[in-house]
Amino acid sequence: MLSRTADHLFWMSRYVERAENLARLLDVAWQMSLVPQSPEAANQNWNGILVLNSLEDAFARKYGEANANNVLRFMVNEPDNPASLSSCLRMGRENASAVRGAITAEMWETLNAAWLELTGQSYEQLTTNGPGEFFEWVKLRASLIRGVTLGTMLQDEAFDFIRLGTLLERADNTARILDVKYHVLKPEAEEASDFYQWGALLRSVSAFEVYRKIYRDVINPKRVAELLILHPDMPRSLLFCLKGVVKNLESLSNGHARETLRRAGQLHSELRYGRIEDILEHGMHEYLNDFMDRISDLGDRVSSDFLVSFGEAA
Amino acid sequence: MNFYNEMHDADGRVRSHYRSYEDWLNATAPERIASKRAEADLAFRRVGITFAVYGEEAGTERLIPFDIIPRIIPATEWESLAAGLRQRVRALNLFLWDVYHGQEILRAKRIPAEPVLKNSQYRPEMQGVDVPGRIYAHIAGVDVVRAEAGEFYVLEDNLRVPSGVSYMIEDRKMMMRLFPELFARYQVRPVQHYPDLLLENLRAVAPAGIENPTCALLTPGVYNSAYFEHTFLAQQMGIELVEGRDLFVRDETVFMRTTQGPRRVDVIYRRLDDDFLDPEVFRADSMLGVPGLLRAYKAGRVTLANAIGTGIADDKSIYPYVPEMIRFYLGEEPILNNVPTYMCREPKDLAYVLAHLAELVVKEVHGAGGYGMLVGPAASKAEIGHFRALLTANPAGYIAQPTLALSSCPTFVDKGIAPRHLDLRPFVLSGRETHMVPGGLTRVALTESSLVVNSSQGGGTKDTWVLEEE
Repeated sequence: MLSRTADHLFWMSRYVERAENLARLLDVAWQMSLVPQSPEAANQNWNGILVLNSLEDAFARKYGEANANNVLRFMVNEPDNPASLSSCLRMGRENASAVRGAITAEMWETLNAAWLELTGQSYEQLTTNGPGEFFEWVKLRASLIRGVTLGTMLQDEAFDFIRLGTLLERADNTARILDVKYHVLKPEAEEASDFYQWGALLRSVSAFEVYRKIYRDVINPKRVAELLILHPDMPRSLLFCLKGVVKNLESLSNGHARETLRRAGQLHSELRYGRIEDILEHGMHEYLNDFMDRISDLGDRVSSDFLVSFGEAA
Repeated sequence: MNFYNEMHDADGRVRSHYRSYEDWLNATAPERIASKRAEADLAFRRVGITFAVYGEEAGTERLIPFDIIPRIIPATEWESLAAGLRQRVRALNLFLWDVYHGQEILRAKRIPAEPVLKNSQYRPEMQGVDVPGRIYAHIAGVDVVRAEAGEFYVLEDNLRVPSGVSYMIEDRKMMMRLFPELFARYQVRPVQHYPDLLLENLRAVAPAGIENPTCALLTPGVYNSAYFEHTFLAQQMGIELVEGRDLFVRDETVFMRTTQGPRRVDVIYRRLDDDFLDPEVFRADSMLGVPGLLRAYKAGRVTLANAIGTGIADDKSIYPYVPEMIRFYLGEEPILNNVPTYMCREPKDLAYVLAHLAELVVKEVHGAGGYGMLVGPAASKAEIGHFRALLTANPAGYIAQPTLALSSCPTFVDKGIAPRHLDLRPFVLSGRETHMVPGGLTRVALTESSLVVNSSQGGGTKDTWVLEEE
C-alpha cells in the first residue's frame, strides 16, 4: 500500500474518533450543566474542556467567559477552531476523499453524507433541538462509520491502519479525560455533587452501566480509574486500546518497525500486569502524563515507520 | 438551420427505436419522474460524483446535471460508427509511430511537415523511442456529432488524457437503479466492463519480459477536475492511485513508496499532461510529476499510457489531415466524416474566416474544454470583434469550421421537456487488440439553442444506449 494512502487512512480514522470523543465530552458537560451548581463550578467544567484540548489561548482570542454558550459555540463549529467538531469531521472527510479508492464506497458515502449534512449550517441550525440532539447525531454518525468499516472492509493492511488510528486516538482521549477530571475532583473529597461528576465521566466513555455491571457498588474514584485504565475488555480502557495497537502493529510490521512494536508491547504489558494501587501511589497525574507521552511517541513512530516516504535511496 | 432530432423524424413522428420509451414516458406519472430525478441528484451528490471547476475557489465541487431521457442508438448505426472509430484510431496510432520514426507521411508530402514539426505538441524527445506494440494512444475519446441528415462527423480526436468514461458507467448505473423497468423493454448492451478492458489493455503493453505487471494510475491530485474519475477507475481496476510524490526513479526504474518499502511500477496510466510529467525534461516547476520519468520511459523500463507526444495527432491544426492518414496508412477510405476546416495560418483561409465570422465556429488550436472558442451564430457583435482582433494578431493559433447543426434530443429542462443539442464521446482502447464498449458519454447542452456541451460550460450528460440487434 502507498505510504500516502496509509497516512490518509490513519488520519481519517483519528479525526472521526476525535469527533466522537469530543461529542461525548460536550454532551456530558451539557448534561452536567443542568444539575444545580454554582456558576463558578459550572464555568470550571466548561473551562475544563478547553484545557483538555489545549485550546485556552485560541478560545480567549475570540470569546470572553468560558460559559456554556461560548464553549459550545467554539467547540461545535467555530471556523477558527481547528479542533471543533466540524473541523474534525471535515478533516476526516478530506482524508477519506484523498483515498476514496482504498475504502469501500459505503464508507465514503457514510462519511460524505455526514459532512454534507453538517456543512454550511450555522450553530443555531445545528442545535435547533438542543445541543444534546446534535451530539447524539455526531455519535451516531461515528458509530455508523465504524460499523460500515467493520461490516464492509477487507481486513487487510488498510484496515489495520484505520484501527491503529482509532485506537491511538481513543487511548489518548481516555487518558486526557481521566487526567482532567482527577485533577478537578480530588478523589479524597466525598461531596454529593461528586457522584454526578464521576457518573458524568463514566458516561462520557459509555461506561456507566459497565461500571455497575462489573462492580455492583457505589461509584468510587479508584474503581473508576481502574476500569478506565486497566480493564481488559472495556472498549475505551487504555489496556483495551493498547491490546489492539499491538495486534495491529504485529500484522503490519512485516519485519520492520521492530522498535515501535517493542515499545507498544512494553506499554501493553505494563497495563496488563499493572495494579491501580501502584498507579495511585506513583501519582495519577504523573502516570497519565507519562502514558500520553508514550502514546504520542508511538504515533510519531508509526508515522516514520510507515507513513512518510521511506526506502528511497539518498 | 435544420437539426436532426434523435427521437422524432422530420414529420414529428417518433422514431421506431424510441417508441417504447415514449410509451413508457406517457404512462409514467409526472410526480414519479420528478421524484426519481430528485433521487438521482441526491445519489450523485452522496456518492460524490462531482467535478472541480477551474477558476473557482479551490475545492469547489459541482454536480454534472444528469438527464433521464437516454440517447438511444440502434445496432446498425452503432456498427458503422464503431468501425469508423476503430479505423480512425488505428490510423492515428500509425501516424504517431511514423512521426516519431521515419516520417514517411511527411516525406511523401501527404501532410505538410511544418505544422507537424514546428508544433508545440510535437515532442522531439520521443524521436526514435520504441513503445510497446507501437501503441501511442491507448485510450482515445473521440467526439462525434450528428449533423442535419443524421450523418456522423468527428469533431475532435482526444488522444492525450480524455475523460468522461466514469460518467458513462455511473449514468448507466443510475438509470438501472431509477428505472429498472425500462431495461426490460429495451435490450441495452452493457458498458460496465470498461475498467476490465482497460486493465487488460494496460497489462498488455507492459515492458517486455514482465510477467505480472504492476499498473498504477497517476493523477494530478484531488483538485483536478477529473479527480473523481481517477479514483473511480483506479478502484474499479484494483490498481494504486498515485500522485507524483508517491513515485521516484532509481536506476531508470520507477518505484512507488509503499508501507512495505519501494515497489516497482511497470505501467502508468497517467492522467497528467505531458508538460507536467517530468520536471527534468518538461516544465521544471512541475510539482506533480516524477523527476527522471522520461529516462525510465526511454530505457523501456516503464510504459506510459497514453504515450508522451500524442498531442501532435489530436491537435486541431493536424485534424484536417486525418482522412489522409487513413488513406496513406490503411489504404482505406475514411468511414466517418471530418468537418471541413479552415486553417487560419493560410492567408486565403484567414480572409474567408474573417469575412464569415458570424457563421463559423472558431477554435484555439491548442484549446480544450470549450474554453477560448467562438460560436459565430450565437455570438454578440462584441465577441465577434474580440475574435477578429485575436485572429488578426495570431492567425496560426486558430482554426475555423462551419457551425454544425448538432443533433438534438428531448431533455428535461425547467419548463418541461425540450430538445437540446448533444454530442457523443465513445472510447477506443488500443493494446494488443482494439476494444470498445458499445456506448460512450453523451453530453448535452442544457441552455436553449447552445451548441457547447462541455461540462465546464454547464453541459449535462445522458445515458447512452446502444441496442442489441433485433
